Amino acid sequence: MTTTGDRPVAARVRHLTKTYGSGDAMVRALDDVSLDLVEGEFTAIMGPSGSGKSTLMHCCAALDTATSGEVWIGDRELSGLKDKELTRLRRDEVGFVFQSFNLVPTLTAEENILLPQSIARRKPDREWYDSVIATVGIGDRLGHRPNQLSGGQQQRVAVARALAGRPRIVFADEPTGNLDSQSGAEVLDLLRRSAADHGQTIVMVTHDPVAASYTDRVVFLADGRIVDELRHPDRDKVLEVMARMSAPAEV
Amino acid sequence: MFRTALKSLLGRKVRLLMSTFAIVLGVAFVVGTLVFSDTLSRSFTALMASTVGDVVVRPAGSSGDTEPTARTVDASLVDRLEGVEGAARVDGNVTAFGVFVIDEDNKVVGGQGPPAIGGNWNDAPAGHDLEGLAIIGGRAPEKAGEVLLDSSTAGEAGYTIGEEVHLVSSGDQAVLRPTLVGIAGFPEGGSLNGATFAAFDTRTAQRLLLDGKDAFTDIWVTAEPGTSQGELADAVAQRLPDGVEAVTGDEAADEAASAIQEAVGFLTTFLLIFAGISLVVGGFLIVNTFSILVAQRSRELALLRALGASKRQVTRSVLVEAFVLGAIGSTIGLGLGILLAMGIRTLFGQFGLDLSGQSLIIGPRTVLAAYAVGIIVTMAAAWLPAHRTGRIAPIQAMRDDVAMPEASLHRRLVIGVAMILAGGGALAAGLMDAVPRPGWFVGGGILFILLGVAAASPVISHPFLAGAAWVYARMFGTVGRLAGQNSLRNPRRTTATSSALMIGLSLACTMAIVGASAKASVDETIEKNFVGDYVVSSLFGQPFSPQIARDMAKVDGVDHVWAQRFAITGSGPDGQGVAALDPAAFEQGLDLDMVAGDSADLRDGTVILDEEYADEEGLSVGDTYDVDLADGPRGLEVVGVYAENPILIFPAVTTPQTLIDAGYRDADNFLIVDTTGSSAVQADLEALVAELPIVTVKDQQEFAEEQRGPIDQLVLMIFALLGLALLIAVLGIVNTLALSIIERTREVGLLRAIGVSRPQLRRMVTLESVVIAVLGAVLGVVMGIGFGVALMHSLRDEGLEVIDVPVGQLVMFLVVSLVIGVLAALLPARRAARLDVLGAISTE
Ligand SMILES: Nc1ncnc2c1ncn2[C@@H]1O[C@H](COP(=O)(O)OP(=O)(O)OP(=O)(O)O)[C@@H](O)[C@H]1O
Ligand SMILES: [Mg+2]
Repeated sequence: MTTTGDRPVAARVRHLTKTYGSGDAMVRALDDVSLDLVEGEFTAIMGPSGSGKSTLMHCCAALDTATSGEVWIGDRELSGLKDKELTRLRRDEVGFVFQSFNLVPTLTAEENILLPQSIARRKPDREWYDSVIATVGIGDRLGHRPNQLSGGQQQRVAVARALAGRPRIVFADEPTGNLDSQSGAEVLDLLRRSAADHGQTIVMVTHDPVAASYTDRVVFLADGRIVDELRHPDRDKVLEVMARMSAPAEV
Repeated sequence: MFRTALKSLLGRKVRLLMSTFAIVLGVAFVVGTLVFSDTLSRSFTALMASTVGDVVVRPAGSSGDTEPTARTVDASLVDRLEGVEGAARVDGNVTAFGVFVIDEDNKVVGGQGPPAIGGNWNDAPAGHDLEGLAIIGGRAPEKAGEVLLDSSTAGEAGYTIGEEVHLVSSGDQAVLRPTLVGIAGFPEGGSLNGATFAAFDTRTAQRLLLDGKDAFTDIWVTAEPGTSQGELADAVAQRLPDGVEAVTGDEAADEAASAIQEAVGFLTTFLLIFAGISLVVGGFLIVNTFSILVAQRSRELALLRALGASKRQVTRSVLVEAFVLGAIGSTIGLGLGILLAMGIRTLFGQFGLDLSGQSLIIGPRTVLAAYAVGIIVTMAAAWLPAHRTGRIAPIQAMRDDVAMPEASLHRRLVIGVAMILAGGGALAAGLMDAVPRPGWFVGGGILFILLGVAAASPVISHPFLAGAAWVYARMFGTVGRLAGQNSLRNPRRTTATSSALMIGLSLACTMAIVGASAKASVDETIEKNFVGDYVVSSLFGQPFSPQIARDMAKVDGVDHVWAQRFAITGSGPDGQGVAALDPAAFEQGLDLDMVAGDSADLRDGTVILDEEYADEEGLSVGDTYDVDLADGPRGLEVVGVYAENPILIFPAVTTPQTLIDAGYRDADNFLIVDTTGSSAVQADLEALVAELPIVTVKDQQEFAEEQRGPIDQLVLMIFALLGLALLIAVLGIVNTLALSIIERTREVGLLRAIGVSRPQLRRMVTLESVVIAVLGAVLGVVMGIGFGVALMHSLRDEGLEVIDVPVGQLVMFLVVSLVIGVLAALLPARRAARLDVLGAISTE
């Protein structure tokens, strides 16, 4: 397994470039981005709207393909993989939480949580499942359909699904963007505990400095490039970097 | 609001194109039928106009006959009419049917249906100086051994002038081999619609076709310029003896054309019924399509409401869409229908009805019907969903997932059950003949039951759908569970889609049962009543020379030949026909199952009757059977009543001499050959009719097969037509699936994002499709069995006693529906699997 220093890397990105369109209308969503995501770390990606955060996540999570550069998940490089292999990768190695609409409406919460494993016809690890359910705190809602759950509950179910398969890495794109601060805090706490207690690698996109303060590391993007990074962030440090970024001319 | 509606239409081109398909097909069917039947009747009207003179002199009472009878007017009448005031010329015609032209491969030219006409040649102009057939090559026949053919017949048979022609006639001399001396055609355009025409000189024609009598079938009197048809007819009438009448050409042409139009009218009704079925089926799809489209846009519509649009405006905007869609569908359907009419014309050409000489008639009625049908059906079907949109609350614009307000399932169940009961009542009343126009009651009843089941089916199909979901989950794991849940998530949509299939299939099953039962009944009666060892019959019961019977009687191994002949009798409401048998047959062993009286009592001037017919007419032994024979009304004494027998084609049997006395030709139609049992006989018998391709020898099995033939053909034709309804239903499944995939784009994207593979996704869609198809098939087959058995039950009295449910065929329907389900899913499944994962997730 690839390692940096003493800790193994769950995913890494090398010289990743992603462009949309061509000629005058060409947009460089990602511009030569390189990044290591260390196992067991909870990373936040921040940056102004349109800076390429979602694009970066999609490329890492095998949902999108880069224009150039490499993406490694574990020791597999994604470019050149066929749809079948990408599908398997998404199913087994990656968990994903979207901003909204994460659940299949015809299935109950429990069925949604177990969906990736049942598609793979794999028996869920009962013990792990129970501990995920306990952590997520929706044990009494497992038989409900998504439309019978609140937004916060739905997001927690989505997180549970992402965690249940013990993927190598979980991606979450503004998972709390649609939630009030109370529900948001519950979801963030859940993510932090997964990383801290179970060593789950998590990458989360957020605009919220408070949300970022839950993480171990914050990576700042601007115009498709990594422009800054913080370790062990707190709300004020994040705000400081953000302020610096929004007034670059003065620096 | 109108502009908004139009904009939203244009924004959804593909989806709408799919939903117009049902309208297009339905309209095309209506248009095709109307155009074809208009063309058909115009071409016959044109043809008829060229087959009458200004004034036609004919035996009284022969109006409306579909074929010339053996009744004639004396030839001397021509001379007597020469001097009539206003008459330019007088010509006698000999016309007979059953003069077949045989091509070099020994095949009958022209095929089935249109008549094979034989006659004398004259160049008299048709009424109003219309140029009819004229010689376009060679010359007129002048003596025995010469013949003239119409150009398309000569062309088809491959005969050229100077060649020997092979003809088969029903006269004494069965096979003729005259030399072709002339070819006639329509210089101004027109055609015989597939009929064949062989003309001789007058003397020869009389000898061949009128048993040598110096007489004519009718006489044409041509008017001098300035004399009207009416005036001339009056003048001619002054000089006519009793029993002969003069009618104007216009009148005669109308009579002839209307007889044909009646026949064509049946065809039109038949085709229109199927157009109606396609439209009803199509209506379901439109309801579905609009429901889905409206549901997809519910947020947009709610936004409109929030911005201040009234309920009425929202509803109307949907109806405007329906109107535009209906109009577009009608236009395409109109075009397609014209193509369809060309197709039908070609198809009928294959059967010998050649209409290529007549350009298609696209009347204003057709165009009007196309738009009326297309637009009304679309708007009526869109009305429900449109009405529902009006009830979308503005607040729903703010919600994430919008559910359409729907009428409660409970209400649908009540309405559905009420319709089923009403339909059942109408059906029962119709079947028991308790009402006037029972056919309408039966048809309407079936339609009502079908619509009622469709209405109630979200409720009554729930056990099936839940069961299918359970089975799927067991058999196909998660993918199966997803598919099962999907079919349950909107039972209205699932069942509406199934209903389209149900309608087509239930009718197909009904037909399968009716067809199988009818065939079984035929088999059974033949089994019970077949007498003798072989039958000799001809195409359409065409008469053939009595010489054949005499020759066959001499064949080694033949005991007896019993000849039967038919006479078409009066044109009254019950006008059928009378058969004739030599009473000697009954002594020789032709055994009839007599219910009353004795077949041995049959003499000239008496008749024996079929049991059922006698019952219907209220006749029993000793009564008088009144019948219009060729020379006028006649009373025949009833001397016996026999049980139904397939060998006796008409329900009344008299003696051959009775018919000859009444002016019918001396020709046989059907022979029964009784042998000593030697097996080489059939070949010998066939050798005797080798030159007569219209006459065939059959044993019991072949005869039974031939009797079943028309049933098979009819059932096949109805299947083909129902196939169209099925096609629409299949397209409906494709459409519904495709639309619901579009509706669920985000969900599909999500599934892909969490690792559902393309094959799994395809399987999911296929399983959904199969549930829909099989539900439709199960409902259809169950209802079809109900309708079929009910129908056959009511036909018990008509001699169709056997009810045969062709289980194999019904099972096949179920299997086919499974295949249909799989096939219908192909495109939507592909589409779902191809969806770009990211694009799908970020779809609004
Ligand atoms: N499908 C696409 N076609 C063209 N341009 C795109 C596409 N998707 C993203 N972009 C562009 O790429 C850039 C990066 O987009 P991305 O969605 O990654 O931004 P983001 O950082 O996630 O923004 P936000 O915080 O608003 O979600 C933007 O300029 C965007 O306009
Ligand atoms: Mg984003």
